[in-house]
Amino acid sequence: MSKHFGGFAALSEVSIAIAPGERFGLIGPNGSGKTTLINCISGTLRNESGSIVFDGEEVSRLPAYQRTRKGIARSFQVPRPFASMSVLENLLVPYEYVEHLKQSEAEKQAMEILRRIGLADKAMTPSSQLSQVELRKLELARAMAARPRLLISDEAMAGLSGSEVDEVLKILFDLNTAGITIVMIEHIMQAVMRFSQRVVCLDAGRIICEGAPAAIVKNPDVQKAYLGA
Amino acid sequence: MKFWISAAALALFALGLALSPVNEYFFYVSYRVLTFVVLATAWNILGGYAGYVNFGTPAFFGVGAYTAVVLFQWLKAPLAAQIAGGALIGGLLGFGVGMLTLRLRGIFFAIATVAVIFITETLMINWRYVGGATGLQLLRPEVMAPFENYIRMLFVVMAWMGIAAVAVARYVQDSWIGRGLRAVRDSEEAAEASGVPTLKLKLFACTVMGALMGAAGAPMPMYLSFIEPASTFNLDYTIGALGSAIIGGMSHWLGPIIGALLLGTLQQIITVTISGEVNVLVVGVLLVLFVVVAPGGILGLFRKWLPFSR
Repeated sequence: MSKHFGGFAALSEVSIAIAPGERFGLIGPNGSGKTTLINCISGTLRNESGSIVFDGEEVSRLPAYQRTRKGIARSFQVPRPFASMSVLENLLVPYEYVEHLKQSEAEKQAMEILRRIGLADKAMTPSSQLSQVELRKLELARAMAARPRLLISDEAMAGLSGSEVDEVLKILFDLNTAGITIVMIEHIMQAVMRFSQRVVCLDAGRIICEGAPAAIVKNPDVQKAYLGA
Repeated sequence: MKFWISAAALALFALGLALSPVNEYFFYVSYRVLTFVVLATAWNILGGYAGYVNFGTPAFFGVGAYTAVVLFQWLKAPLAAQIAGGALIGGLLGFGVGMLTLRLRGIFFAIATVAVIFITETLMINWRYVGGATGLQLLRPEVMAPFENYIRMLFVVMAWMGIAAVAVARYVQDSWIGRGLRAVRDSEEAAEASGVPTLKLKLFACTVMGALMGAAGAPMPMYLSFIEPASTFNLDYTIGALGSAIIGGMSHWLGPIIGALLLGTLQQIITVTISGEVNVLVVGVLLVLFVVVAPGGILGLFRKWLPFSR
């Protein structure tokens, strides 16, 4: 698919296939089109040409909320909490709108997720009072609450410490073991390389390299894109 | 349960008051104040919960009033039918305006709603059947049984309408709809990503708001025994609805009630004791004060002591 902003080609004829249950890494320097790509997949933006097929179904003309209901969930690079709500309430939104659960049942399941992600003691805290790290965890927790089959994590680990990165990685590994396909966008190379089975590197809206993590780091194009000529 | 008992008690109290020998002037003034309770409550459903600022209150209110006039002139429709008609047309206008403008965000949406006032007002100015620019005198029908005169009856009608409007706002706020609307206000992208059909929810809020405002406008021609465009599509309604919600607090259904009662009463007192111009000035100063000093409104100031406010 392709996506332009005015005369600027953010994505030009990018083609990617992700297998069910895969752990897929998406890397590339700043401005290479990673976030645009997942914005198109999740429906925040509409792609101009090409198609997006999820589970055998063309979804590229569906509004974002319907894609979420079909099983595509995402976190945002810049956290976008529902700031007027408590942490727990943030998770109730997807529970009520994706799975149509009653509030009592939704709260029970939301607490379960918060325990797993380590935010249980903050459940009643207004989300406007969270730290950066907690906000990132909330992003992930809210995406998990939508019960996705494909989870797109957009730099969920930016700004986290080493042990926190490990924590989040473990959560993502667990989700994957439970059968959820995961696309990870990350600048922390160590994390992407450890996590992904397959990595694609974008540069200036094009795929410059695709393969196993070990091969990617050795690829001269990738090194050039990141370090300059 | 507590809410419904107090609502019923208030409804009965209003009825009792109208049948008591209280001075006529009280009902004349209270009707205006109660109108603002309905308008502010309606405004808050879209403006407070979803964060979409609507400047077009007079359009919805005016369309309700003119619908009542048409029904009255054409079919001699009773007041209840006029109100139902006002609500219907107001709701339709809300839906239509929503369809056209709710894809716009922030200031662009607000400007579009201002345009709706001018469009509806211009239409009425050029429509002879409802009196055009000069307006139309209306002869009130006989008042219904227990009431002594028409103003007392309208007072009760508006009080009941206020209770109904608040019940609707309270339901919207406490249900999953309210949570969805707040998600829209906080971040539309994140709301969509959480499965919230943002456009549908906004349309719903805009339609309900329009219907309630239309209903609030419907008894106005009978109240004045007169209708004309300039005062019907007056920007005072914009300021009254939005100002009451901001001053009272937008996060809870109680806010617009407190704001409207306070602002409406204050306006009446100032208009009578000083002048209409000072009245506008005071509202302006109050608005600036609240926006700067207490953005959460009166409810926000007392948040710590109120168990329910979020």
